Amino acid sequence: MTAAVRLTAATLSYDDRTLWSGLDLDVEPGQFVAVLGPNGSGKTSLLRVLLGLTPLSSGRAEVDGRTVRRGNHRVGYIPQQKGFDTDVPLRGRDLVQLGLDGHRWGPPLRHRRRDRSTVDRLLGDVGASSFASVPLGQLSGGEQQRLRIAQALATDPAVLLCDEPLLSLDLHHQRVIVDLLDRRRREHETAVVFVTHEINPILAVTDSVLYIIDGKFRLGSPSEVMTSEVLSELYRAPVEVIRRHNRLIVVGADDDQHAHHPDASAGHGHINPAGTR
Amino acid sequence: MMQSADVSWHDIFNFADYSELLPLVRNSIIAGALLGLVGGVVSVLVITRDLPFAVHGISEISFAGASGALLFGGSVVAGSFVGSVSAALVLGVLGSRARDRNSITGVVVPFSLGLGILFLALYHGRAANKFGLLTGQIVAIDNGSLRSLVATSVTVLAVLAAVWRPLMFASVDPDLAVARGVPVRLLGPLFMLLLACTVAVSIQVVGALLVLALLCTPAAAALKVTASPLWVPVLSVVFALCAMVGGILVALGTSIPISPYVTTISFLIYLACRGYAALRKPAGRGESSEVALAG
Repeated sequence: MTAAVRLTAATLSYDDRTLWSGLDLDVEPGQFVAVLGPNGSGKTSLLRVLLGLTPLSSGRAEVDGRTVRRGNHRVGYIPQQKGFDTDVPLRGRDLVQLGLDGHRWGPPLRHRRRDRSTVDRLLGDVGASSFASVPLGQLSGGEQQRLRIAQALATDPAVLLCDEPLLSLDLHHQRVIVDLLDRRRREHETAVVFVTHEINPILAVTDSVLYIIDGKFRLGSPSEVMTSEVLSELYRAPVEVIRRHNRLIVVGADDDQHAHHPDASAGHGHINPAGTR
Repeated sequence: MMQSADVSWHDIFNFADYSELLPLVRNSIIAGALLGLVGGVVSVLVITRDLPFAVHGISEISFAGASGALLFGGSVVAGSFVGSVSAALVLGVLGSRARDRNSITGVVVPFSLGLGILFLALYHGRAANKFGLLTGQIVAIDNGSLRSLVATSVTVLAVLAAVWRPLMFASVDPDLAVARGVPVRLLGPLFMLLLACTVAVSIQVVGALLVLALLCTPAAAALKVTASPLWVPVLSVVFALCAMVGGILVALGTSIPISPYVTTISFLIYLACRGYAALRKPAGRGESSEVALAG
């Protein structure tokens, strides 16, 4: 079977700084991979490489058996939730439509009916039909992220690249989004590469974790990577991982304090709960 | 109504010779209709790309170019094109980020406005020419300027039709547009160039100070009424046409320049749209979507 994503001896450096090197990563169809690490460790850069926006310094990067390239319709992308201005001439369904044909030149004369029914189906799949006609600027963050998923799925991708898609969502909507992604990868064998600061919302669905810190990384199942030993080694400082009720709490990791849970870390000094669910 | 008010109104409005005046401004009405069409379409992207202030900047720099041409005996149309295109290039290259663009515009506008006023002060030709650049005129549109207006409008509309979808994608959702292979960095400067051409031809008719009534207000009004990617441009064009052609037709019977009429009609349309949106809001979006989310 063709790997959805394959990195071979991949190295990425900017000027004199190496973000990561010698990275070998195989993501099978339907696999859910969480990418963790502090700010600036190169998580988003990894997504940019897979999107064909940033070239590797050395090594190979493939998606669905082919070298990465920009605009590949086999790659779906869910960017960080930013929100839209109220003065945007788009409704919910138009955002999804852009995922389908926004890159095409010329007036939208061909395939109108087919595109319309495709968009209807995509909206239905993510439960967004009820607000499909509401102006984009009036939708909540959770509603916008549902549309983002439908938009990313418009071209039937082999892999979904998600850049902190749960940021600024409440717990209920976090769960809704994770469930949608999980269902998609189970039903359509779509691989998911999920960049996040916060593993707990996706712990139940994560097959493997790629943890990147200071150019070093560790790849394995959550129970292999999210341990006191591994994280202490990666952080070069004593870190303790506590497991409680299927949640992970990372204690220590000075560098990681802001990374793991920006809101909760403020008042907790050295102790940093990695989840509040 | 008081008697004195009637007298002063009669000085301003006099539609007695209207039917004889109409043929004289045939060119102006065609020009106004074309500008309404182009302006209505372009204004949608001006609002979507958050460019109203840049439009203001481009028009003042275009004014400096036109008044410079007037002083040095060049073509006013060419002068305003040189001004607006160079402004658009500067903003397109230096000001890709909104903050940079706004500060650059804020710095360059007063300087070029001052330059334009200097040129006009030194110019000793017909005073109407001077005033017209700032506030617009209807009678001075000869066949030559009409031809350049037609050529510019057709070009701008044709290019926009070709790039509309990727340009809209790049404007509202740049992160994703880049990932989907849209040449976002190319489309920004391209639109600035189209905008510059539109501003340059608009100045001939509505004047530098009032270009925003044509290139900002119509789409801003349309967006109060709908968010449909089809109906926003359509309504915007209808609003711009009403303001332009309506403004010319009313101005014809009066002694006042065209621009107050265009801007007033434009503004009234905007107010009406806002009013409509405010009245509709309570009933607007159903609570059903939130309920559906919980399921």
